[in-house]
Amino acid sequence: MAQHDPSHEGGDESKVGVSEGHAKKEGFDANEVIFDHIMDAHEYHFLDITAADGTKKPIGIPLPVILYQKENGFSVFMSSKFHHGHTIHEGYRLLDRHYMHENGLDTLKSASGMAVYKAGQVYAVDVEGKPRPDVQVFDLSLTRNVTQMLLALALLTWILVGIASKYKRNGVGKAPSGIQNAIEPMITFVRDEVAKPNLGKKHERYLPYLLTVFFFILINNIFGLIPGSANVTGNIAFTMVFALISFVVILISTNKHFWSHIFNPPVPGFVKGILVPVEILGIITKPFALMIRLFANMMAGHIIIICLISLIFIFGGLSTGIGWGFSPVSIAFAVFIYVIEVMVAFIQAFIFTNLTAVFIGQAFEGEHHEEGHH
Amino acid sequence: MDLLTPSFGLIIWTLLAFLIVLFVLRKFAWGPILSALNERERTIADSLATAEKVKTEMAQLKSENEALLAKAREERTAMLKEAKDTKDKIISEAKEQAKFEAGKIMADANIALQNQKMAALTDVKNQIGNMVIEISEKVIRRSLEHKSEQENYIRQLADDVQLLGKR
Repeated sequence: MAQHDPSHEGGDESKVGVSEGHAKKEGFDANEVIFDHIMDAHEYHFLDITAADGTKKPIGIPLPVILYQKENGFSVFMSSKFHHGHTIHEGYRLLDRHYMHENGLDTLKSASGMAVYKAGQVYAVDVEGKPRPDVQVFDLSLTRNVTQMLLALALLTWILVGIASKYKRNGVGKAPSGIQNAIEPMITFVRDEVAKPNLGKKHERYLPYLLTVFFFILINNIFGLIPGSANVTGNIAFTMVFALISFVVILISTNKHFWSHIFNPPVPGFVKGILVPVEILGIITKPFALMIRLFANMMAGHIIIICLISLIFIFGGLSTGIGWGFSPVSIAFAVFIYVIEVMVAFIQAFIFTNLTAVFIGQAFEGEHHEEGHH
Repeated sequence: MDLLTPSFGLIIWTLLAFLIVLFVLRKFAWGPILSALNERERTIADSLATAEKVKTEMAQLKSENEALLAKAREERTAMLKEAKDTKDKIISEAKEQAKFEAGKIMADANIALQNQKMAALTDVKNQIGNMVIEISEKVIRRSLEHKSEQENYIRQLADDVQLLGKR
């Protein structure tokens, strides 16, 4: 794990150079580094090389951009065509933070106080080459997060289907071998500790869903821990989709007992007026909590690690000696948090799955109760 | 604020990816894996139950064997005792028989001896009788001839008898 940190360091070290080259006064901009790491992007950006004349040359992997606009239809091209926000391609511009700053776009606020432009997003441009916030562009690009997620899922599917064929080939007479040994305890854990206690007899119906959720989140958590990779599970869009799916599954699983409890709680009439809205809100807050919990946990870990690494460069900005002197402390803390993050990757996948199972169980709880009476 | 704004593209891709992965894994991974796991658990449970059954059967068999062995041992002891009794009986019977036979042989021998003795005695008696008769005849014959001679003769005869007796 310690091996990864120097690579982070390397990446950030060059960024220091960038910032210095780009705007000497600013020094090291930790905020930018952190947000570059946490947020989605249209390319894998590893480091910048500062040339002798002070111009920076970013090193990274460009990714496919897929855009849809009512007037133009679909446009598909590689993100390298944008030249990191310096050029317009097929009537679109990728808004770079520096471009926004230079043109005063980052301080523009709409009537409701929201920022008009967002850095890192693609906007349609007018004839003069100015971005138009009024034109809605649907960005279906295979961004950093999307490609990483797809890669992780391809690996996950390959592993699991491979294991499945192994089970089919060997039958039950043979002991599990290889990666089967690593995956099998997790499968049995989800089945015996998550599905069975919460869902009882119906657990077999929900097991494929719960297992998929668990492994989907887990593999993306683990992939997010690879240095330089994207922070997929710490992205609100990702967790929102999973929360929505949970919400739908919970709603499908509800029974009469559940709804009667919400719209006609067993309390005196005047309390009903208060309790019914609370109960209705409760339906929504459950998946909402799921969404925020996973997002916040995964993002926080990433932010802490990158902050610890950034500290070296903040101190380095004061004095090179302090920067070097502080680096062992910073690395030690980063390694410590990194180890915790590995644990958190598993714990959060488990918590999300477990709570989903708990909420589904609550949705048809009444049946169990009635069954118990008979 | 950018952090909390979900991007449209990622939502679509995540949703699509999840649905596809769910479908694929459900069909090609979870089905076979879970059924295999269930089957294995069932097999293990069955095997354990069978092992338990076999164990009890074994225990039963063992106790049966022990009982059989004890019985066999008992029988052997009884047979040995019987054999010994028979042997003793045969020996004592043989002894009795031998004693009886010996007694019988002795008795026969005694009788034979007695008979021979009697025969010998009879013979001796007869001979003596004959001698007596002979001598008497001669004596009688002589006495009729000479008185002195008669006496000498008697003496001679008596000597002869003596001689006879000495022999």
